[in-house]
Amino acid sequence: MFREQWGRVLASLVGFLGDFELAEEAAQEAFAVAAERWPQQGTPANPAGWLVVTARNRAIDRIRRERTLAEKTRLLEPPEATVDEIDETVIEDERLELIFTCCHPALALEAQVALTLRALGGLSTEEIARAFLVSAETMKRRLSRAKEKIKATGIPFAVPAAHLLPDRLDAVLAVVYLIYNEGYSGRVDLAAEAIRLGRLLATLMPDEPEVHGLVALMLVHHARREARFAGDQLVLLSDQDRSLWDASEIAAGRATLERAIALRGRGPYVLQAAIASLQTDEQIDWGQVAALYGQLAAITRSPVVQLNRAVAIAQSGATEQALELVEHLELDDYQYLHSTRAELLRRLGRTEDARAAYRQALALASSERERRFLERRIAEL
Amino acid sequence: MKYALLIYAEPGSHEALPPDEYEQAFGEYMALTADPRCVASGQLQPVSTATTVRVQDGRTLTTDGPFADTKEVFGGYYVFEAGNLDEALELAARIPAARIGGSVEIRPLVER
Repeated sequence: MFREQWGRVLASLVGFLGDFELAEEAAQEAFAVAAERWPQQGTPANPAGWLVVTARNRAIDRIRRERTLAEKTRLLEPPEATVDEIDETVIEDERLELIFTCCHPALALEAQVALTLRALGGLSTEEIARAFLVSAETMKRRLSRAKEKIKATGIPFAVPAAHLLPDRLDAVLAVVYLIYNEGYSGRVDLAAEAIRLGRLLATLMPDEPEVHGLVALMLVHHARREARFAGDQLVLLSDQDRSLWDASEIAAGRATLERAIALRGRGPYVLQAAIASLQTDEQIDWGQVAALYGQLAAITRSPVVQLNRAVAIAQSGATEQALELVEHLELDDYQYLHSTRAELLRRLGRTEDARAAYRQALALASSERERRFLERRIAEL
Repeated sequence: MKYALLIYAEPGSHEALPPDEYEQAFGEYMALTADPRCVASGQLQPVSTATTVRVQDGRTLTTDGPFADTKEVFGGYYVFEAGNLDEALELAARIPAARIGGSVEIRPLVER
């Protein structure tokens, strides 16, 4: 209940006070009062309104106590709001403005991530610190530095103008996807948090295909989380136990993807979601997957995408053609280039070359799990 | 809010432009100065004219050259009155140095 309301209440307060730190303190106070009163007196009819009005009043009191602060806020004549007017108070949803403030490119990426989780996700500083394996003290400093920069440099609390929107939206989506990928490596449930943020964004920007594309991509990946590992072993897509996949999440992902395609989305997230969706089919159309990777490579110019395209080409039966593509990629320091090359060489019966390539991959493997996987492949040659 | 836009460029980078592009860039610098939001601006003489002063134990140490020996050097500035950082960023992106290998640092001024 509280986490549901947090983002909306905070957004409204940042908009009203024009000061992130002050808004957060006031919101915290209001939530504390609610935690005390609601269980006894019952939840008000308009909880968000109650929280915003209570927090505003607290903030105004504070400003009056600390007069100098008033100069730093947008408040000249603080209007007096009473709890009586709560039912008539329509709390405008300003979460989109808040998201764009949190993901402003003038902030360091790690600060954008932390701030988004704190402000929109309602995670505590301690929870965010745990998720990113830093001390609570470090995370607290990171957050307050970011909030200070927002205030001192005048980072706007606004949805960017149309000509800035595509770039800024990319930055927001990158932050959400980064949070998702942190969750994928197995700590605190950041993946679920990222999906929540993505869905919120899709509600707030229903006409942006890439937003739906990202949500679809995350859902389809998330649906397979239980099947990705067997104990400590990484399980390849083709070997995954499909009964462990979350069918309803896959269906939700596909429905979201359809929405994105209906909006004529052909951006990187939509393409990745389409690929992920095809890969959940019983009979995977690898030719189609390869074609989509081709489109994705044309947009991103990423050799890693080309590598994935090569894998899809190989799966469609054209092993030689795939190897030819892999041999031309400049990705010498990339573990998966070598493991893919090894696999292709193995299929072509070039066992010794395959062994050498697996060893190159092994030398670059960063996790114990992956090392064990590669050692198993070498032993199986 | 007032923002200082600090311009860093490689010495000679502007002079190396073809004459028409140089003219164009010059015009753009002048247009920014003429913008009603521009509160102050200045172009520095080349870095070869720099002298650095330090005072240690009451003694003034004067040395030839800039404070820091870097590839990009501070060459000029604007001060703009802008509504928020996004507005300042847009102005900064219009400064020719930013597209000819240099960069523009944006710092809000302390309000007094």
